[in-house]
Amino acid sequence: MIEVRDLVKRYGSRSAVDHLSFTVEKGQVYGFLGPNGAGKSTTMNIMTGYLGATEGEVIINGHNILEEPEAAKKCIGYLPEQPPLYLDMTVSEYLQFAAELKGIAKAERAQQIERAVSMTHLEDVTGRLIKNLSKGYRQRVGLAQAVLGFPEILILDEPTVGLDPQQIIEIRDLIRELADEHTIILSSHILSEVQEVCDQVLIIHHGKLLVSDSPENLEKRMRHAGSLEMLLRGTMPAVEQAVSSVQGIVHYDIAPAERQEGCVSLTVEAEEGADVREALFYACAEAKTPILMLKPANFSLEEIFLELTQQADAAPAGAEAEGQAPGEPGQPADESEGDVQ
Amino acid sequence: MKAIYKREVRSYFNSMTGYIFIAVVVAFTGVYFMAANLFGGYPYFSEALMSSLSVFMFAIPVLTMRSLADERRSRTDQLLLTAPVSLTRIVLGKYLAMVTVLAIPTLLFCFCPVIIMMNGTGYPVSDYASIFAFFLCGCVFIAIGMFISSLTESQIIASVCTFGVLFAIYLWPSLVNYLPTSAFGSLVGFLALLVIVCAVLWNMTHHALLTAGVGVIGAATVFALYLFQDQALAGTFPAMLSVFSLRDTFTNFAAYRVFDLSGIVLYLSFIFVFVFLTVQTLQKRRWS
Repeated sequence: MIEVRDLVKRYGSRSAVDHLSFTVEKGQVYGFLGPNGAGKSTTMNIMTGYLGATEGEVIINGHNILEEPEAAKKCIGYLPEQPPLYLDMTVSEYLQFAAELKGIAKAERAQQIERAVSMTHLEDVTGRLIKNLSKGYRQRVGLAQAVLGFPEILILDEPTVGLDPQQIIEIRDLIRELADEHTIILSSHILSEVQEVCDQVLIIHHGKLLVSDSPENLEKRMRHAGSLEMLLRGTMPAVEQAVSSVQGIVHYDIAPAERQEGCVSLTVEAEEGADVREALFYACAEAKTPILMLKPANFSLEEIFLELTQQADAAPAGAEAEGQAPGEPGQPADESEGDVQ
Repeated sequence: MKAIYKREVRSYFNSMTGYIFIAVVVAFTGVYFMAANLFGGYPYFSEALMSSLSVFMFAIPVLTMRSLADERRSRTDQLLLTAPVSLTRIVLGKYLAMVTVLAIPTLLFCFCPVIIMMNGTGYPVSDYASIFAFFLCGCVFIAIGMFISSLTESQIIASVCTFGVLFAIYLWPSLVNYLPTSAFGSLVGFLALLVIVCAVLWNMTHHALLTAGVGVIGAATVFALYLFQDQALAGTFPAMLSVFSLRDTFTNFAAYRVFDLSGIVLYLSFIFVFVFLTVQTLQKRRWS
């Protein structure tokens, strides 16, 4: 459906996109993930024909975006990061213009606009000037514009940015609804969003593709997969002594528990295939450091993402980041819990 | 193209821009018409048009400053450039919309020769030819303004630069008169021109051999002419520059009542060149 081959975009000496290649299959939802400035928007702008690539090519449905731009662009609906709205038009005037611009036949225009409006719940504001609409409504007008013509591919650059929680849920539902008939590529730096709606995640960092996999597989690929999180009552040396006596533990991080006096939090990484939970229980019982909590670590995309991007950064920098990790173990864990709720 | 054209025309009349442009052009031409024709009793409307050409210097930048600069600033160019419409059609749609706005005062001027004829002898053929030249001259200025607007994101910069360029065009015939007509003067002029051409070439292509080749061959030709044929070189530089005095074409129509066909060709080629340059500017921006 979409093939991106060896894409490079240089601004002077800085590479925004660096030899990026991937393919997009029909009928799936792809999530572009990356920190700010990773090259997500640039890649999308190249895919939609707004920018030219320094090297490489983009093939949309067999049409090269440079050689047959009009045929390729007809297959794409695009919502850029900042919705491209003419503030001096009303919503219905704008959608009428967008429909005509996309070359939708006159007979179908009214019906298509109506469908796009009802999909994005814009019925109440069609007569209002875009200038007077709130950010959330503007975003939806942009989305309605992208949906118009019902192209096979929808490219949405951060579609939920600036929306309130209720609107975010609505847009996500809409994306799921659209996913039945369309191939969707959306970018985001909100991981829970990608986790929720995407079949496939592409993680981009410094313009390079780090990983392309399903969210489930990504979790399995984590370095810490199968590790345990523990909370114990006791002193650090006592706990350390007890844990180090257990056979089959590869690595552990230990730190005083946050917000709990006299407690220690512990992350234990066992040998592959080994179940150390019982041994841990007995060892801790013997050392009189009772286990308050023991659970398998559940990594959210957030941590996968942080880890992958940190790994990708230069090796010495990565080591440093790991050195800091035990000092503040509560932070990523807290965020992931917040996400689940 | 039709969609963009319609949107642009509507946008000129949704905002004040279109009305202000028409009002200013009509009001000032009306004042000159009143002074020269109605009160002065002069039977040629072209006389009033000649004075009101200077109004374009102020009015055209107002019309053109927004056209592409604002599109870029508000990111709506993303909508246009990702739509299945070619760049040329986008630019032409915008250009024709501005030309349409200009056509409205031009149509109103068509009544003036009729008013003159109602009060005595009129010269409709030369007057309508002058109105036509006036309109085409405006079209050239719009093309220049649109090109300048495509270079920047700021409407203010676009309007000030357009004003500057139009003012220079207005003064052009007089400025060219100040150039030295000696062979040495032409030599210096051509060399300066050559430097500019080479700089532009280098900037656009980054092709060292091409730039150096053009520079060396050009300089050699000019020097050879200067050394062996200095009689021929004398005065050629000002003569060449005076070809570009856009105002002269209109003066030929309005003051000398000549249907200046070569001038019309000059206008049309200016329009073509600047529309083309606008397309190229937008194209180039995607690649840098």
